[in-house]
Amino acid sequence: MTDDDVLTDGQARWGESLIEAIIRVLGFSAIGFVTLIFVFLLREGIPAFFKVRLANLLGARWYPTFGLFGTLPLILGSLLITVTAIAIALPLGVATAVFVREVAPDWAREILKPMIEVLAGIPSVVLGFFGMTIVAPLIRESLGTPTGLTAFTGAILLAYMSLPTIISVAEDALDAVPKSYRDGARAMGATEWQTIWRVVVPAARSGVVTAVMLGLGRAIGETMAVMLVTGNAARMPLTMDSLFRPARTMTATVAAEMGEVAQGSVHYHVLFGIGLILFMLTFVVNLTAAVAIFQKQRRGGLR
Amino acid sequence: MDRYRVQRFGFALLGLVTVIVVAPILLVIGAIAIRGFEAIDWGFLTSMPRDGMRAGGIFPAIVGTLWLTLGTALAAIPIGVGGAIYLSEYARDTLLTRAIRLAIINLAGVPSVVYGLFGLGLFVLFLQFGTSIAAGSLTLAIMTLPIIISTAEEALRAVPNEFRTVSASLGGTRWQGIRRIVLPQAMPGIITGVILGLLRAAGETAPILFTVAAFFLPRLPQSPFDQTMALPYHLYVISTQVPGMPEENQYGTALVLLALVLSLNLVATIIRSYYRRRREW
Repeated sequence: MTDDDVLTDGQARWGESLIEAIIRVLGFSAIGFVTLIFVFLLREGIPAFFKVRLANLLGARWYPTFGLFGTLPLILGSLLITVTAIAIALPLGVATAVFVREVAPDWAREILKPMIEVLAGIPSVVLGFFGMTIVAPLIRESLGTPTGLTAFTGAILLAYMSLPTIISVAEDALDAVPKSYRDGARAMGATEWQTIWRVVVPAARSGVVTAVMLGLGRAIGETMAVMLVTGNAARMPLTMDSLFRPARTMTATVAAEMGEVAQGSVHYHVLFGIGLILFMLTFVVNLTAAVAIFQKQRRGGLR
Repeated sequence: MDRYRVQRFGFALLGLVTVIVVAPILLVIGAIAIRGFEAIDWGFLTSMPRDGMRAGGIFPAIVGTLWLTLGTALAAIPIGVGGAIYLSEYARDTLLTRAIRLAIINLAGVPSVVYGLFGLGLFVLFLQFGTSIAAGSLTLAIMTLPIIISTAEEALRAVPNEFRTVSASLGGTRWQGIRRIVLPQAMPGIITGVILGLLRAAGETAPILFTVAAFFLPRLPQSPFDQTMALPYHLYVISTQVPGMPEENQYGTALVLLALVLSLNLVATIIRSYYRRRREW
């Protein structure tokens, strides 16, 4: 027995209730921090809505030096790149999850899973650098566009960055399909492929919603990789070829311009306003995913 | 039979897609490793940048990243592990607990650049830390928190209830049971989670853009309230902001950052699989 075990009852009780009180406070820290982030974004972002007229803020032209703060091209740029990224990542991610879970032999699984984890660990600035120096020239040559720094290049990078999330959620969903479903299908003479395609994947379907939501949340907020490869031209993506032209996202705008603005200027507050929009967007997206997860847990199993 | 041909075709297709997903990962690592390796020598790692960063080494950026990661660890580990202990050992399934879980999910989803804005607003300006290691570390710590809390909670929950029951039946209080029994059993899982969180912090650029970053500062930081260079920000700067930057320096910096992050990742994986195998329950 060490010395601190020999405590009088009173001492022990006092010390422990102090520790337990601290732990309780730490338990609520997450709520505190989310609130704090929201408060500070509001504090610095709200003035933007008083200092700049709404018609200007919702305009199509972003030229801060001329007092034009139209956020529409940035919002549409984010939307275009994010949606394209998910459209690429979803089929790739689901197919990979099915292969890893249902088809691959054990030794292949042992190699594939850590590799996908490695992808999740590569810093976004490193991926962006790779995209800029290797993917962009490839895109330029293969598509014949004037520059390789396009919305599409950003979407490809974002797709790969959201793949680990999508694959892991899809795997969980496949995992939660009861064994009896598979046994039933196999007993009726279905091949493995028919079982996977007609029984297991449809049963895991609603997990896909969660996967899309979490992938979206990750993609909207991604900054460095997108900033390095999309060319950062704040233009309205209205024509069909917009995907293969430079674009600019909300995140890249904040990251590129915040370093150069004077604190307290209109531009400064507008950038915080964009941060506020980003925060609320990801909040809604993640809330939707969380609600889906909670409901599934109550129904028994992530399905 | 025909449907078996369909099956073979289907499996082959899935395998092909998996290769499409996995091959670029190898390509990224391979390309950066091969080109970066040529740039790296002892001088590159241990000398100051010269000639507007076009020559010399990246020593201050490496040191800066280490300080930032250490600062993040000091702030994030106590808060994160404490929060996890609360969720796994104390919290009941009330509305409030659900609100905490929701907050954690949302904290994990806040865009990294928004963390940068928040750090600028709270630590740099409101608390007047200035652009400094302290401001950046605290910003990164809050970003890291959801990863540490969720992995640590999972590790604590994995400890079977019998451990707690036996501790209580021997007259231990709840806290004694947690500190002497549950926490040591969960420690490998907690350490894994902490490393995963810290490697994310070490590689992030956007949160430190406005809170720490020194564009070019060829000296080492002297205090937590100093500015510093950092590897991810340095890579961003030399690949976009410096005209005439030799490509090998860019690849060298990318490789150092990638190697740092991937080796931490490897350590986490090894700890996890070693203790999973050794575990007796």
